Amino acid sequence: MKNLWEIFYKGVFAQNPIFRLALSLCPALAVTSTATNALAMGLSVMFVITSNNVVVSLFRKWVNPKVRVPVYITSIATIVTLVQLVLEAYFPILFKELSIYLALIVVFAIILARAEVFAAKNTVVPSFFDGFGMGFGFALAMVAIGIIRELFGAGTIFGIQIMGSSYDPALIMILPPGGFILIGLMIASFNLIGEYQDKAKAEKRKLAIQRGEA
Amino acid sequence: MSAESKLEIGTLAVSTSPHIRCDESIAKIMWTVNAVLVPAALFSIYQFGLPALRTLVICIAVSMATEYFIQKWQNKPITVNDGSAFLTGLLLAMNIPANIPWYIPVVGSVAAIGIAKHTMGGLGYNIFNPALIGRAFLLASWPIAMTTWPTPAGWANKVDAVTAATPLGILKLQGYEELVKFFGDKTDMYMSLFLGTRGGSAGETSAVLLLLGGLYLIYRKYINWQIPVCMIGTVGIITWAFGGNGGLFTGDPLLNILSGGLILGAFFMATDMVTIPITIKGQIIFAVGAGALTSLIRLIGGYPEGVCYAILLMNCVTPLIDRLVRPVKFGARR
Repeated sequence: MKNLWEIFYKGVFAQNPIFRLALSLCPALAVTSTATNALAMGLSVMFVITSNNVVVSLFRKWVNPKVRVPVYITSIATIVTLVQLVLEAYFPILFKELSIYLALIVVFAIILARAEVFAAKNTVVPSFFDGFGMGFGFALAMVAIGIIRELFGAGTIFGIQIMGSSYDPALIMILPPGGFILIGLMIASFNLIGEYQDKAKAEKRKLAIQRGEA
Repeated sequence: MSAESKLEIGTLAVSTSPHIRCDESIAKIMWTVNAVLVPAALFSIYQFGLPALRTLVICIAVSMATEYFIQKWQNKPITVNDGSAFLTGLLLAMNIPANIPWYIPVVGSVAAIGIAKHTMGGLGYNIFNPALIGRAFLLASWPIAMTTWPTPAGWANKVDAVTAATPLGILKLQGYEELVKFFGDKTDMYMSLFLGTRGGSAGETSAVLLLLGGLYLIYRKYINWQIPVCMIGTVGIITWAFGGNGGLFTGDPLLNILSGGLILGAFFMATDMVTIPITIKGQIIFAVGAGALTSLIRLIGGYPEGVCYAILLMNCVTPLIDRLVRPVKFGARR
């Protein structure tokens, strides 16, 4: 059980797709101008990556390694089409806003990477948690970027007015340059936190060794 | 300072050749540049009143505070007193309209020092001119406030300053004839542009004071004369050749040289030691490129003025220019 939690949790922080692995930066820039769009995109990717991991893991013994990439892509594309049809039917406005980026989920590096390095070598349950954790980390990062950009660029969060009416929104935050700058700063701060954690861990180990020797 | 530490710093410095010493330092150069900008800054206070003074104070104070806190936080030596943050704040204030709401220069200064300078590693490592990044950041954030200029006025009626178009704005939207009519006649127009009694960003209006400051920097050899001459010359030639309605060589080069932020940019921002090529040859390419881009933006682009973006774009290609003009070792082939 603890093992599964670790598999889940590493995608949230230690290997967060956007902030630590710097993968899938294209949607992180393009659809995070509002928190709502970011959340919809994050949930879609979370669903795709989790179900794809399960599918790949289920069929891992019957897929010839020589044709594995086309097989993975077919599987991802099928799931993405599913998501697209559901969104188009039930959330047409959201579907229009996400437009091309929804179809582009098919070629996200992070999804193929998880299928290749994890799901193809592990059983179904760990693969599920790996995809779920990675997807959750991705969605979390997207929403965090979306909230900050929407707050400063429009004064709202999820469309709800937060800043007072006297707030003069800084348009740059909902334009691409603001997205680039913000993601850069957030990656930097995540690295800073990671460095600090590593240092703390090393210190702990040193202490433990010293105690053991004494 | 005790005698021992003086000895340590003064005489035992270990360095590679050449061992020639001079009394120039970053602080000395920066404070000299600040000093020669003071007349133009004072003129902007005279012209736009207390709002200009307020914008200057906000920009400089926030720039220096940002520098101090970032260096303190990173445990780096604190170099607020070397004048480079002061210069960034001063240039930023001179590049934005004087009566802008107070929070805009605050954000601009933080962006200039925090993002353009210290995320790159601090003074000497930044690839873009910090003050111009600050201005570009603000122009993207608050496009309306950044292009609403106060009318130049004396102290008498400074309270209800109304907004005015800049000469380049009128030229872009209404044409050359309207611009001349706006000032009276051509001589009046040139005089007004030269002395600076016109609308525009706080510190860019007075061509004569900026020119005097720039000439002093050239005299002290802090900047190379090739840069402003090539940049302003390029703008003059291109706008003269393609700027008129009646065919080739019917434009008004003098108007284009004196208006907008060209003189401020060419003397004080295209000459920033950090963000331009090292060799004279490279600097000439840089200046001609910046001038050509400025003219392109003014004549064809959507904005009436393009000095800021032109210099930033040339900052981008500075490493490439440096590689292009790299001196060849004696006897070696390129």
